[in-house]
Amino acid sequence: MIRIENLNKYFGDKHILKDINLEIKDGEVIGLIGPSGSGKSTLIRCMNFLEIPTSGNVYIDEKDLSTLGNEIDKVRQQIGMVFQHFHLFPHKTVLENITLAPVLTGKLAKTQAEEKALELLKTMDLLDKKDVYPNSLSGGQKQRIAIARSLAMDPKIMLFDEVTSALDPEMVGEVLNVMKGLASTGMTMIVVTHEMAFAKQVADRVIFMSDGEIVESNTAVELFENPQNIRTKEFLSKVLEY
Amino acid sequence: MNIINLLIKYKHYYLVGVKITLLLSFLSLIFGTTLGSLLSLLKLSKYKIPKALSTVYIEVVRGTPMMVQIALVYFGSYVMIGMDISGFAAALIAVSLNSAAYVAEIIRSGIQSIDKGQMEASRSLGISERQTMRYIILPQAVKNILPALGNEFVTLIKETSVASTIGVADLMYASKIVQSNSFQPFNPLIIVAGIYFLFTFTLSQLIGVFERSLSHND
Ligand SMILES: Nc1ncnc2c1ncn2[C@@H]1O[C@H](COP(=O)(O)OP(=O)(O)O)[C@@H](O)[C@H]1O
Ligand SMILES: [Mg+2]
Repeated sequence: MIRIENLNKYFGDKHILKDINLEIKDGEVIGLIGPSGSGKSTLIRCMNFLEIPTSGNVYIDEKDLSTLGNEIDKVRQQIGMVFQHFHLFPHKTVLENITLAPVLTGKLAKTQAEEKALELLKTMDLLDKKDVYPNSLSGGQKQRIAIARSLAMDPKIMLFDEVTSALDPEMVGEVLNVMKGLASTGMTMIVVTHEMAFAKQVADRVIFMSDGEIVESNTAVELFENPQNIRTKEFLSKVLEY
Repeated sequence: MNIINLLIKYKHYYLVGVKITLLLSFLSLIFGTTLGSLLSLLKLSKYKIPKALSTVYIEVVRGTPMMVQIALVYFGSYVMIGMDISGFAAALIAVSLNSAAYVAEIIRSGIQSIDKGQMEASRSLGISERQTMRYIILPQAVKNILPALGNEFVTLIKETSVASTIGVADLMYASKIVQSNSFQPFNPLIIVAGIYFLFTFTLSQLIGVFERSLSHND
């Protein structure tokens, strides 16, 4: 479970996140939407402390992240994160990209980690790519490898930050399908996305952010079909126009 | 013809010069690189005071001429530690300290040129900062660092010639002696230029081979 209490984040004197309160239950799939610059990335980066809140608390399974010090690594091992620009390790093969974290953190022995990686690659339909370097992959393949790299740690929570935004349109589907499959396994997921159709279809709950605030939070159907706040309405009318 | 005659006649001076120049270069390279690596770590650290100290050091050293630095160490040693040190020791200290500043900047910029996303992806997986440096950042940074470091080593060999200004019997010093003994101003310089070039050219070729062997590994 993720619980966020009175979270504020400033960059310099810019107030980026304004008093955020939020609770996400195990197994929930959250779609996080909102205009660019509204603080979506900053919010999910606070959930694994890549960004340190200026004030307020983030709890993962009742552990207050701000009190952890170096123990934060242990918590991060349970929270996968997938980025818009993949950030695969270019000097490692696909297989090494996936086995590195389990081996370095002592979670799995090398042979076990490789077995697990091969399994993941099989489910991603990328087994034939195991020995190549990331730069020879397409964007969609890179993003699926990035997801596999996170899953190799057996995380309880997965954070997705606009993971299809940098992809050519024809590759969006293959990545969304992997995420859809993951959602159906009961994974807790927070998905920052511009893919409204995907949010509507997969998310249990959709949160609309604007200007550093959570403006509205509701079931996907309610939020899309019956938005309450004027800012939500304006945003949806803009993105759903096409 | 004249050049070969000069070489043969004064080979003793040149041999000593070669030995001193190579020794000075090699030792300064070792000390300079070691100290420079430490300095770069200080400069990259999140602690304000070590960071500020290394920044000041690097800027001051890079902003003053080597010839002044070498004289400062040589003539300043008595003032600072109450005893004279040999010209060679002064040159070794000055060249090492000087080179360390450049090496530190090369390593720092090599590390900082790696996309921030690499650190974040690794840390998000729960890999520690230290292991991230060791397994993710440094292996990539080395590819940027090595060519620049190679250039710095070539520069260092040439810069050691400043040691002759405080009487160290290096190659440059040998050429000055031969100039005055033979009453020839020009040819001894040609010889010494040729020898320096031989050293730097050999070194850059070796570095090139090394870089290529590294890039084959992936
Ligand atoms: N590291 C940073 N330093 C300064 N400002 C930042 C930084 N990261 C984000 N911001 C600013 O915070 C605001 C919210 O950014 P972000 O969370 O990336 O929004 P979103 O993901 O919704 O597009 C933006 O105005 C952005 O410029
Ligand atoms: Mg964003």
